[in-house]
Amino acid sequence: MPPFPRAAKDAVGDTTLRGNLRHATHTIRDKRAAAVAELPDWDRLRAAGAAIKDRTLRHLDHYLEQLEASVTAAGGIVHWAADAAEANRIVTDLVRETGEREVIKVKSMATQEIGLNEALEAAGIRANETDLAELIVQLGDDLPSHILVPAIHRNRGEIRDIFTEKMARWGRAAPEGLTDSPAELAEAARLHLREKFLRARVGISGANFMVAETGTLVVVESEGNGRMCLTLPETLISVVGIEKVIPSWQDLEVFLQTLPRSSTAERMNPYTSMWTGTTDGDGPRVFHLVLLDNGRTDTLADEVGRQALRCIRCSACLNVCPVYERAGGHAYGSPYPGPIGAILTPQLRGTASELDASLPYASSLCGACYEVCPVAIDIPEVLVHLRERVVQGGPVTVRGTRTRIRPAKGHAAERAALRAATWALDRPGALRAGQRLAGRARRLVPRRRLLGPGRAWTASRDVPAVPAEPFRDWWQRRTREAGGE
Amino acid sequence: MSAREMVLARVRRALADVPREETPDQVPVVRDYLASHSPADPVGMLAEHLADYRALVHHTDEAGLPALIGGLLTARGARSVVVPQGLPAAWTAVDGVRQVPDTAELTAAELDAVDSVVTGCAVAIAETGTIVLDGGPAQGRRRITLVPDHHVVVVRAPEQVVDSVGQALPRLVPGRPLTWISGPSATSDIELDRVEGVHGPRTLEVVLVRG
Ligand code: SF4
Repeated sequence: MPPFPRAAKDAVGDTTLRGNLRHATHTIRDKRAAAVAELPDWDRLRAAGAAIKDRTLRHLDHYLEQLEASVTAAGGIVHWAADAAEANRIVTDLVRETGEREVIKVKSMATQEIGLNEALEAAGIRANETDLAELIVQLGDDLPSHILVPAIHRNRGEIRDIFTEKMARWGRAAPEGLTDSPAELAEAARLHLREKFLRARVGISGANFMVAETGTLVVVESEGNGRMCLTLPETLISVVGIEKVIPSWQDLEVFLQTLPRSSTAERMNPYTSMWTGTTDGDGPRVFHLVLLDNGRTDTLADEVGRQALRCIRCSACLNVCPVYERAGGHAYGSPYPGPIGAILTPQLRGTASELDASLPYASSLCGACYEVCPVAIDIPEVLVHLRERVVQGGPVTVRGTRTRIRPAKGHAAERAALRAATWALDRPGALRAGQRLAGRARRLVPRRRLLGPGRAWTASRDVPAVPAEPFRDWWQRRTREAGGE
Repeated sequence: MSAREMVLARVRRALADVPREETPDQVPVVRDYLASHSPADPVGMLAEHLADYRALVHHTDEAGLPALIGGLLTARGARSVVVPQGLPAAWTAVDGVRQVPDTAELTAAELDAVDSVVTGCAVAIAETGTIVLDGGPAQGRRRITLVPDHHVVVVRAPEQVVDSVGQALPRLVPGRPLTWISGPSATSDIELDRVEGVHGPRTLEVVLVRG
């Protein structure tokens, strides 16, 4: 193994990244605590949220059929997709039918999960991300690293450079002499995207909630890019995981209180859009809903792991996680980083790859994630359960078929990784050094693709900014090296 | 097997542990959370919470409304204003300000050239500082409160003001397109610095009309 890199440049770079992450996660979590403290019934809202989601999951077939009927009755067209390839095919065909070669998108983790942008690109269709952070990520040919603030790993100087260099290639160029002030950067994004919004004929979205009873879809956002994508195009295609359904209109009273406060620490996010099918003369004339499985039913089959499907993607667990804070979102090799990623990804994708098998170990089991989770997902419980599965093997469901997996190769190494994690978290200095190493490796291997299941996510794009090795590896290596220090 | 049948079959197999006779209603959801966090003065709280998220809040009565709105448009330097159906004509009748009626034919590009929009609302929520539009009278299509950079919204207090999200939902019709607005468009994507306005109106002015 090489000695620790001395390059000051790398060290500075990594210090910035760590500093950004630390500042961001601490800021959000302090604000969040204050927003939550405003509601004396928070625990009851949290319990109700968990119960509503459990009711839904235990009767998911019922609610999906009800949802399908109410969306259809409201003028929408419902499609079902068992996996990523099927969902991508459906969406690609729908876009092709419109004759358009360009679409606008509002940030959606489901479409990141299935690699929709890449699939569309392969079909000659450009998908323009319109969330400011997603735009930064897309223009930078990068990957998101946080659920809520996907470009959290980029500072304002880097963003200015990305805009200056890349905007012109895809549309309106960045203004001359653009500085790194957030207001100017936001204005540059506004101008660049506005021309896309005004001419777009197809919009693609996800949804935060789908109400079975009424067929209503809900998108929660801040910037207005969601509203643009949901209302200006003639055709709207929403790709939504089947776990996003909730039973009733009334249930929104729980989640519209818990989601914004847990997520952006606001009493309410600036914009929430709700639409039910299509409305004459207002908004898209054609609405397609693509219901996505892609590993969710496999997750549902696990009685312990099932609770991960309650997640409302608020990102609170990321912001309190000591491992996320040090490792950053890219280390998780999935659109779902942090504690939720550590339990969701290995369930959605299985634990066959080294990366996915290592994810249940990307935790110190400190329990902070469970404490903040607005739907009370016992993340530590699921982590331990998945570790057992990795180490001992056992029954799992893979693409709908019950099967038995064998213990992961080198499970002794997994235990070592756990020890290493505990060790490293007790010694921030050592961890810092380990991160520097990871950062160095990243720069030495500027362009690569993720292997294994991660490949589906990055199938047709280069991944310049992903850390060059799985979380577990660098911990392991770090332990070895620290031993020799 | 179609994808639909396949997914539903997988769901049913995955739920083998759920007793067949169990109905959804039998999975308990205890709703012992508060229906309202009991603000003593919901209208005051609404104003305060709107201002927290940088909406500009104004107070007037019915008689003062046209003059107030006229003053806001003039101060803004607006030369055109979108007017939804059902909005009292007197509210936007300002010298030198062109009236642009909200119609289905009004394109996004045309809207982009308009300076301001004035609307009413369906309901406003004190606890969260939220205004809800439902496309009803005086509110227009969703796009008219999105594309122009300046939105003036009129809230009738106390009739249109409720305490909580839980009190707002039963007053809304799910089949209508709904837009919930809490302060102007904002982003915190750059080093978590809050910047008002990326795509929606950068200026939101709320006029509270006390009856
Ligand atoms: S697991 Fe809980 S805390 Fe984490 S993102 Fe999901 S809902 Fe939020």
